Amino acid sequence: PPILSRLNPSRWSCGPPAAEGNVQDEESDTRKINNSFLRDHNYATEADIISTVEFNPSGELLATGDKGGRVVVFQREQETKSEPQRRGEYNVYSTFQSHDPEFDYLKSLEIEEKINKIRWLPQQNAAYFLLSTNDKTVKLWKISERDRRPEGYNLKDEDGRIRDPSTITSLRVPVLQNTDLMVEATARRVFSNAHTYHINSISVNSDLQTYISTDDLRVNLWNLEITDQSFNIVDIKPCNMEDLTEVITAAEFHPQQCNTLAYSSSRGSVRLCDMRKQALCDTHCKFFEEPEDPSTRSFFSEIISSISDIKFSHSGRFLMTRDYLTVKVWDLNMETRPVQTYQVHDYLRGKLCSLYENDCIFDKFECVWNGSDSVIMTGSYNNFFRMFDRNTKKDVTLEASRENSKPRAILKPRKVCVGGKRRKDEVTVDSLDFSKKILHSAWHPQENIIAVAASNNLYIFQDKVT
Amino acid sequence: MFPKGTKRKFSDSGDEPAAGGEDVNQPSSVAVRMLSSYSLQRQSLLDMSLIKLQLCHMLVEPNLCRSVLIANTVRQIQEEMTQDGTWQIMTQALSAANAAAQCSADRLVATEVLCRQTEATQGEQVLKPFPAVGSEGCPAEEEVVVEEEGEGGVTMSTVSPQAPTSYLPGTFGMDPCWEEENGEDEEEDEDSEECGSGSEEGDSDRLVEDSRTAEQVFGTFEIKNPAPSPDPALEELFSDVDASYYDLDTVLTGMQSAPKMGPYDLLESLSSHGPSPLSSSTSCRSDLNELDHIMEIIVGS
Repeated sequence: PPILSRLNPSRWSCGPPAAEGNVQDEESDTRKINNSFLRDHNYATEADIISTVEFNPSGELLATGDKGGRVVVFQREQETKSEPQRRGEYNVYSTFQSHDPEFDYLKSLEIEEKINKIRWLPQQNAAYFLLSTNDKTVKLWKISERDRRPEGYNLKDEDGRIRDPSTITSLRVPVLQNTDLMVEATARRVFSNAHTYHINSISVNSDLQTYISTDDLRVNLWNLEITDQSFNIVDIKPCNMEDLTEVITAAEFHPQQCNTLAYSSSRGSVRLCDMRKQALCDTHCKFFEEPEDPSTRSFFSEIISSISDIKFSHSGRFLMTRDYLTVKVWDLNMETRPVQTYQVHDYLRGKLCSLYENDCIFDKFECVWNGSDSVIMTGSYNNFFRMFDRNTKKDVTLEASRENSKPRAILKPRKVCVGGKRRKDEVTVDSLDFSKKILHSAWHPQENIIAVAASNNLYIFQDKVT
Repeated sequence: MFPKGTKRKFSDSGDEPAAGGEDVNQPSSVAVRMLSSYSLQRQSLLDMSLIKLQLCHMLVEPNLCRSVLIANTVRQIQEEMTQDGTWQIMTQALSAANAAAQCSADRLVATEVLCRQTEATQGEQVLKPFPAVGSEGCPAEEEVVVEEEGEGGVTMSTVSPQAPTSYLPGTFGMDPCWEEENGEDEEEDEDSEECGSGSEEGDSDRLVEDSRTAEQVFGTFEIKNPAPSPDPALEELFSDVDASYYDLDTVLTGMQSAPKMGPYDLLESLSSHGPSPLSSSTSCRSDLNELDHIMEIIVGS
């Protein structure tokens, strides 16, 4: 049955706007800031922890998934002449329970309802479609508006109860009446039972007919219309599981070439595959791996080289990879090394043992491109996130927290003090809060609007330069 | 019934009435004292990694990526220690220690403790039975304890590494003939319900691995012993340790085995194999007996 939700603001809080876009000028902020406020409730339950954030292709909608299996969709307000300052605010549009916890009776294990990824389909009619997935099952959701309903049935009354036929004395034709706007979310397809291991990625193909779902060892290709069959196109499961030393960590379709996909591994490599070559894409067309720097080799080298996220640039020319300490941009035409490497938080290199002990070394950070592929963004600890301008080579560290920012204020660049004298406002490495991590973020496809998830809080920052 | 794993002191093993015990232990104590802090750090990293692999997330399937990365780290450390010769020293000292009956009992006791905890644990963390975990005291002492863990670390890891909890209850004590038989059946597509292509020929072979992981979960030593014993659980738990346990790969086997083959998967794959030779059905029957056996253990009846 469809899930109806009113257009009510819910528990999301929103921080002050980000200062970004023109990252050249860290010192003098010529940027104008626009606010995006959402009403604020104060729950902080674990189920509310946001596990994925994604704009739709037009940027009109922003979806978040959380650990409790819920999806919350925000919609951008239309620009109105009367309230120009409210342009571009994101308000809750729809909330629904996408996945429920399940219990696998054969293995005596729970299947978490946490939403691992959401991917939107481009809009083709009045309704919106998105794919959401937990560890095992992908679902296609249709989100549609209803602002009319038929009224005046003969055989049932307004509440839906069947009327006693003997009381019906006349016939009438039902008419459509306007109602308050209702947004319904309906599960249109459920793609299940295709993954033995945990799904870490989904990616919609540019043909808009197929998509891939990826777990630790396999990539499966689906047709959006067909739920009882999928094709396995990458399988790295060894014959002898004793030999397993590498898993797939992410996969994505090329944004334009519908036959090309890339997948990353826990060993720090990316393989590009062409589905035209053969049905099972176990042999790659291209293999991207940077040779290890022997001077920095340690027992943690492999772990920190494990790629946690890959993203093709919008242009399709580049591929970005995120490993524990760096973000790398690769030119698809050059496999030997990345064209750019950005240090996200190199000051952690000396703390790898502690980070291994507290498991933070296994945190999977995501990375995103801006619409023009000129700036890349990724998260860090202490609710910091970083942006790198690929052209000017400048970078900035910002913080997503309410305490440190006032509404309508420009977000102040942050700095981590790496030793020596700590300047005012700098944060020392030891005082970083490793429980506050920005793993998930998203960038509007065209404009400079970013969404940053800090545990159970969503911050939407925008930069309006007028 | 069984005492908890007690902290062994280096002097204890030195006091044991084993003939060659004293002599063998002396060189290792010398070696121990010569270890640099790097080696100690490396050792503590190894300990930490083995513990991480041991932690049982009984409710939710553990993260395969994390397990693989930790296992690779352990393997790296082991390789380096092997090159150093440190690994040999550890295993030597331990095998000498094993010569004494008392040591064997200790190790077996520790295993039993692990078994008990694994069965009893539902969502709580598995306690670390080896004193190495909370060890303090003189480096020599720590080293021995750790040494025990190095080989017995193999033992420990075989009991309940992090990953295999998801594999319970797998099959148990498979016959080697099962592997050969399944070689013929490689063409069978066992994955038909999940994928349109690709056959799971590896999975049949991995039933052997699954048996190991199941056993690891339940803390038996049966891992390399192919013959399923119809004897009570006690006997199985205390069967002889195969020398191959010193091989860290045995340790790693447990965590990396296929998570998906439960007992019912086994039954399904059996049925999907069509007419099979008599010997395989015999082994299946004994496997099913083992299955009941495991279920009893789980249920704790």
